[in-house]
Amino acid sequence: MYTARNYVFADSPEHAWELNQKKTNTILSGGCWLRLGRRRYDTLIDLSKLGLNQIEQTDTYLELGAMVTLRQLETSPLLAQYFGSYFSDCTRHIVGVQFRNCATLGGSVAARFGFSDIVTALLPLNCQVHLVKAGWLPFTQYAAMPYDRDVLTHIRIPLQKHIQVVYQSTRNTQTDLPTLTCAASCCDGRISLALGARSSRPSLLHGNTQSDLLQEAEHLTYVENMRGSSAYRRHLAKILIQRVCTCLEGGQHPCS
Amino acid sequence: MQLTLTLNGVRCTDEVQADTTLFTYLREKGCLSVKCGCETSNCGLCTVWLDEKPVLSCSVPALRADGKKVTTLEGLQDEAAEFGAYLADEGAEQCGYCSPGFIMNVLAMSRELTHPTEQEIQEYLAGNLCRCSGYQGQLRAIRKFLAAKGGCV
Repeated sequence: MYTARNYVFADSPEHAWELNQKKTNTILSGGCWLRLGRRRYDTLIDLSKLGLNQIEQTDTYLELGAMVTLRQLETSPLLAQYFGSYFSDCTRHIVGVQFRNCATLGGSVAARFGFSDIVTALLPLNCQVHLVKAGWLPFTQYAAMPYDRDVLTHIRIPLQKHIQVVYQSTRNTQTDLPTLTCAASCCDGRISLALGARSSRPSLLHGNTQSDLLQEAEHLTYVENMRGSSAYRRHLAKILIQRVCTCLEGGQHPCS
Repeated sequence: MQLTLTLNGVRCTDEVQADTTLFTYLREKGCLSVKCGCETSNCGLCTVWLDEKPVLSCSVPALRADGKKVTTLEGLQDEAAEFGAYLADEGAEQCGYCSPGFIMNVLAMSRELTHPTEQEIQEYLAGNLCRCSGYQGQLRAIRKFLAAKGGCV
């Protein structure tokens, strides 16, 4: 468990950014991962009073605040309306309901864990992220960036017509971290497919056919750890790519 | 730092440290139903409701509950006893260590889901680990409890 001397509710995103420039301070999102460490912090910066826990809709995109919980992603009628069971599929295996009521979208995204279901799921959706200083960035750029001390406030998911999405993952046991994650979107015949839980960051592939994607996936790195060998993950990648492509061909997850 | 919240219907104001967890705070307030199990946000023993939603009190800083409503098993004694009787009837209470967190989550589920399916029940309770029961007795107890309340599977 971490220790901390001060606890501050940020007044504004800019206030959070200022406080976060000190290396011994940290942003407190859901706190689920932070609590597993033993670091000493000077100040915990709490974003929970900034109203960042909303999912809002405009004509062209959905805007999600950084403090939206994983449970909100799972149960949001708005997300279900546009993306079917996609967000439920990518969250419902994460520990339990109580954990998902604590863990936040911003915490998952900002940490950019290689095993993150959330980062994998957002990669093929052509999203943008908003950082206090850097402004709006493509999610793909943010996902590959080195860590810095900017503060994530929002994520925008564009509402694309005729897009289909599907999410699949494999785990050794039901609520464990995933052995491999795979998310895909298909728009006008072009498939974008993210593969996660196979290295330090998920990768995004593009192709028109299943064989294009299988070929690209061959060139990726697959790490070996206690949840699976490199060869096992490489094999799983083929299986998941075939499954998501079959789902997309069958139009199982069309978005309106 | 000052923390003000409503604990089981009673308004409380206390001084807490920046890194005090809600779990530690609640134990110090005498809510001994809230137990510590894994300390890795996995087991569900420390489940309490924060503004009516089940959360892991071991992962929530106490100060985040400022201005909010916290409910522990002590605040739901009648309902907890009612469901606890179903657990006992099915021989599912066993050592009982996980029961408070489990009961809190079952009661949260019974409020949130109407007519949950077997799969929905299992998914909702996946974050509550029990080393004794093998879960079958607990599932039988839930089915009977929900059926009695009109929210049968």
